[in-house]
Amino acid sequence: MTTTATPVVPQKPWQATPKEIAPTILLLIVSLLASVVIVAMTPMKGKLAYAFLFFVIGTTSLSIRKWRIRGRAAAADAIVSSIALTGAALVFTPVISILATTISHGVKGLHWSLFTQSMFSASYQDPISAGGLLHALVGTLYLILISIILSVPMGILTALYLTEIKGPGANFIQFIVQAMSGVPSVVAGLFIFASIIVTTPIKASGIAGAFALSILMIPTVTRTAQEVLLLVPNDLREAGQALGATQWKTVATIVVPAARNGLITATILGVARIAGETAPLLFTIGGSDKLNWNPFKDYQGALPFYVWKGLMMGTPESVQRAWTGILILLILVLVLFVAARTLGGRRMKSK
Amino acid sequence: MAEKVAPPSPREITTKPRVSDRVFRGTVTGVGMLSLLILTLIGLFLALRGFQTFKSEGFHFLTGYKWESVTSDSGQVTNTFGVGAMLIGTILIASVALVVGVPLSVLCALFLSFYVPDRLKKLLVSVVDLMAAFPSILYGLWGYFVLMPMAEYWAKLLYKYLRWIPIFDAPQPFFERSPFIAGLVLAIMIIPIVTSVSREIFAQTPLDRVQAAYALGATRWAMIKTVVLPFGSSGVVGGAMLGLGRAFGETVAVFTVLNVVFKANFHILYGAGGNVASMIILKWGEAVGDETKALLAAGFVLFVLTLLINLAANSIVKRTLKSGK
Repeated sequence: MTTTATPVVPQKPWQATPKEIAPTILLLIVSLLASVVIVAMTPMKGKLAYAFLFFVIGTTSLSIRKWRIRGRAAAADAIVSSIALTGAALVFTPVISILATTISHGVKGLHWSLFTQSMFSASYQDPISAGGLLHALVGTLYLILISIILSVPMGILTALYLTEIKGPGANFIQFIVQAMSGVPSVVAGLFIFASIIVTTPIKASGIAGAFALSILMIPTVTRTAQEVLLLVPNDLREAGQALGATQWKTVATIVVPAARNGLITATILGVARIAGETAPLLFTIGGSDKLNWNPFKDYQGALPFYVWKGLMMGTPESVQRAWTGILILLILVLVLFVAARTLGGRRMKSK
Repeated sequence: MAEKVAPPSPREITTKPRVSDRVFRGTVTGVGMLSLLILTLIGLFLALRGFQTFKSEGFHFLTGYKWESVTSDSGQVTNTFGVGAMLIGTILIASVALVVGVPLSVLCALFLSFYVPDRLKKLLVSVVDLMAAFPSILYGLWGYFVLMPMAEYWAKLLYKYLRWIPIFDAPQPFFERSPFIAGLVLAIMIIPIVTSVSREIFAQTPLDRVQAAYALGATRWAMIKTVVLPFGSSGVVGGAMLGLGRAFGETVAVFTVLNVVFKANFHILYGAGGNVASMIILKWGEAVGDETKALLAAGFVLFVLTLLINLAANSIVKRTLKSGK
């Protein structure tokens, strides 16, 4: 006797068939038409009216249909589903709008001399082809670099304290780090002004700005690094100890290398947090329009500051500068964000 | 003849850490304490620089509506500093942001947690995280040039139909750059925080209870209403408070969108007002001497306010997350 193996095709009986979806789509089209008709017939007008009517008619008709098929509970479920969908759509619309307007306004001002000239010999009211933002790019790069040097070691060491040593103060420090991540950026700027610029020989300059940004960056780095270190399996730590390694050896040769990608992600996320900060810079870097290669002396420019100045001047040319500046800043943030995601994703997979 | 080899002397077994460990632990502990030091220093320096203002103004600094530094003909300087008007503005704008932002965030978090297929969910969660990484000046720029024309129209509608409610009234029909619009921009800015905290909390809902609800024949909404919301509501409150902290401290976006005027304005649709943070920026440019000190004192008020809100919010969120485990 021979049995032929029939291939088993997995089925999903709970999935809606096209026949079941069709009435839903039909109802949506009908409610769209109905909203157009109502807008045409009544004094209501504008996109707001269309959206509102479509939402009301669509939701009611869908829920009435569910009621007739499956009863009251299903009708309530249908109403909530469409409200949740609408809420999510309302959240994501601004993101699309922000990206679209920034790109469409920003590309108009893009040209090569932006990256080779500063604003030293040009005014913000000049057409955008005059002058550039090299000084701001240099300033932002300095700010990012110095902030990394200041806050990454401190962030990672604090995370190590919270995850590896778990000393008696760990809970308290955790609390403090969380409190620190809520410090408003303007307060960070004021603090650096009140503490460093007023009392020490360091005047408004790149380094003062980096101090202020570090206050914002440290908690971000600490919290992300902590999450990553917690993902390192305890077996690895125990294996290290069992081989006779001291805690220092275990951490330096096992834990930190195992979490390397994640620690880089933490750094990148920290940089993304501060790259676009404007408020602390207003008090600390002076906002020069001249190219300044020395972050320890004299006023420095920065991309957010450039955008801020362009926006505050208020003429069409200066606002164009602001849009172009923010586009470049946005690209920087997007690149950092994607880099952090890819590294973070790889870490998750290797686990 | 074989030489007798002495057996190695037994190693001393001790729990005392080696020098390297002691150095390591000491360094890490020291650095860990640094964040406490920084936070203390922030409070200390701002309080110290602002001390003179606190002393001369007293409690009036929090309740006063006037901010002026008048120099008389004889060179006598009379200062009156009070952030009361701006505190009202701060609370007003943050309230608009919460009223608009929190329901949207909770809906979005519910949608992401229970309605979206997994593949799309990953993308949408990344988009929410990206929203949190947008610079605040970008929100300001977008709010001013894109949102404002639309929101002005919405404000007109509200004024037309709801002006019998006092807060929707306005002394003059001037709706540009109003606290309402600033609040809308802030609402968009706090959405990513509130959404991700809520989502994290919803994800901690005990799975057995979720499955029990479904097994009893609950619809998705019935499950959310009876299991997820009772479990997560206090955590959502914590998330909303984190958003409130952000809304209180936001500077650049508010300054860009709002017509910052040093005046107490209870009409959210009327185009004037301000919050403490934007007021600091407004007055900073021309401030000298005592006014600078007063601004630092205002910074101290802002610092303490956001610190308290954040600490309360964090402890609420933490408690809810723990209760799910």
